[in-house]
Amino acid sequence: MTTTMTPHSADAVTAESPGSRLLWGFRDCWTIVLQEFTHLLRQPSTFAWQIGFPVVMVLMFVYVFGSAMDVAGQGAGEGYVDFAMPGMFAMTMALGFMDTAYAITHNKEKGFMDRFRSMPMSGSAPVTGRALSDVIRAALDLVIIAGVALLIGWRSGGSLGATLLAFVLLLWLRLALIFVGIFLGLCIKNTETAGMLFAVAFPLGFISSVFTPPEMMPGWLGAIAAWNPVSSTATAIRELFQTQGMEYLEPGYWIDGHALTAAFIWPAVIMLIFVPLAVRQFRNLSR
Amino acid sequence: MTTQPAVQAHGLVKRYKNKLALDGVDLMVPRGAVHGLLGPNGAGKTTAVRILTTLTDADGGEARVAGFDVGAQPREVRRRIGLTGQQTAVDDLMTARQNLTMFGRLFRLSKADAQRRADELLEVFGLSEAAGRSPKKFSGGMRRRLDLAASMILAPQVLFLDEPTTGLDPAGRREVWEAVRNLAAQGTTVLLTTHYLDEADKLCDRISVIDHGRNFIEDTPAGLKRRIGDERLEVVVSDPAELKRLEELVARTLGAEPVLEETEARLSVPVPDGVLALTAVAAEIRAQDIEVADIGLRRPTLDEAFLHLTSAAAEPTPKETR
Repeated sequence: MTTTMTPHSADAVTAESPGSRLLWGFRDCWTIVLQEFTHLLRQPSTFAWQIGFPVVMVLMFVYVFGSAMDVAGQGAGEGYVDFAMPGMFAMTMALGFMDTAYAITHNKEKGFMDRFRSMPMSGSAPVTGRALSDVIRAALDLVIIAGVALLIGWRSGGSLGATLLAFVLLLWLRLALIFVGIFLGLCIKNTETAGMLFAVAFPLGFISSVFTPPEMMPGWLGAIAAWNPVSSTATAIRELFQTQGMEYLEPGYWIDGHALTAAFIWPAVIMLIFVPLAVRQFRNLSR
Repeated sequence: MTTQPAVQAHGLVKRYKNKLALDGVDLMVPRGAVHGLLGPNGAGKTTAVRILTTLTDADGGEARVAGFDVGAQPREVRRRIGLTGQQTAVDDLMTARQNLTMFGRLFRLSKADAQRRADELLEVFGLSEAAGRSPKKFSGGMRRRLDLAASMILAPQVLFLDEPTTGLDPAGRREVWEAVRNLAAQGTTVLLTTHYLDEADKLCDRISVIDHGRNFIEDTPAGLKRRIGDERLEVVVSDPAELKRLEELVARTLGAEPVLEETEARLSVPVPDGVLALTAVAAEIRAQDIEVADIGLRRPTLDEAFLHLTSAAAEPTPKETR
């Protein structure tokens, strides 16, 4: 400890114009994204566990419960892979907000948020960086689950364009829920509580058209499931994938007939509510 | 460079829902000084640091750090400070070097500069050999040193340390103390909070004692110790019957009146020069052949010191005590 320190005086850091501030904001955001991906590379097992859950769910629902499911009125088990897969995609996107919330709470709890906020970096970068890396992660998740789906016989019947649009809609839902995750993550005191978000996330994922058509549920529950944003995305992408058997399924709820529109609007509505809430909660950190 | 103080705060007030965390705290830290904020848990130390590092907005009063107003010019302040908070904010999923490089990037250094600075800091803080390892496997002292290194990226004018050694073992504390001393020797102004009297004593030029969100006393470590009272020499005899004989012996050797605790078979006496008194008394005890179960020097704990200071401060001006 005898080496002298090279002074990097603060005055050497150039002052910022509004334009360069935006540019720095992007760079800081990207630095945080790189941090997240360093985690991924250094600890692939965590990633494997996180991706393992939806993969196991796919196999369980398709092979364990699927054989008893008669969703299209064509006999038990028939066409269930095609019905369940889009649901699985949508549910993976829906449950992803827990990872976002957990990461934000973790950063807060470990003092990272304080350190970042005491630095001359872009104030929003810890949060925008998180959002961007989560979208990239979600795309990666989708590629892997789609790979598994192809292996067990799922195919998209839609055109390439329609299929791509379906994946865009999935990421759109994930993006919207990231802000829910950020908001919750900022509200929650510690990571133990964040772990309990499962209790909220599960109904959000399951009371939907993900595994069962809402038409097959008791009336009141079916209505809740049909109006669940996750259902809109699931139904919309089934349409885009031209899932076999969907034509036999009479839309029992108004929103079912407008799934594609709803899959665009729901996430937008969620963001309209949760982006301001997340921003407010972020500002509250300095109270 | 201007000669204004590194930290200047006046009448800082911070209110949480139903608790007044700071009730008008004043602080003045000249450039290059190491200043301690000493106080029990909940005294408002952390809140004061959070305000000075732009993390929390004050409800009243004003503060300037490195010449800039923390409320109005937080960005300017952030460029000139380093913060090591209560938790060690290092990323366990990255190597030590990756951690410092990332922070360097966030401090807006170019990639090459960030890497160079990371290597420099690893060397300065004695972590070069651990550069490629995850801090998860570090000792507490090493983690804290890495944490310190991360707050030294831009060689800040003012370094804030919030309870830098809480939770560390004695070896870790010594490592951190040495690191802080080195930074101070190179001219960094340091403001640290602690609830260890000996830590404040070892590191600080001046100490502000705060309690219940208010300034209590500001003094040098030596002055503070003088106010707190001297060390005490304590002797416990094996046979309680010998206590009287010991009392005479101590009174004769030190020329002071010892206090007896008969039930504990213990004798204690305030001593201005602890080591001298200890050796003198020990030699006499040996000569007189008194069997002793324990002998040692004791400094008042912070709690005792607070009790002592509060009663001392309350006596001369009873009207001012609220």
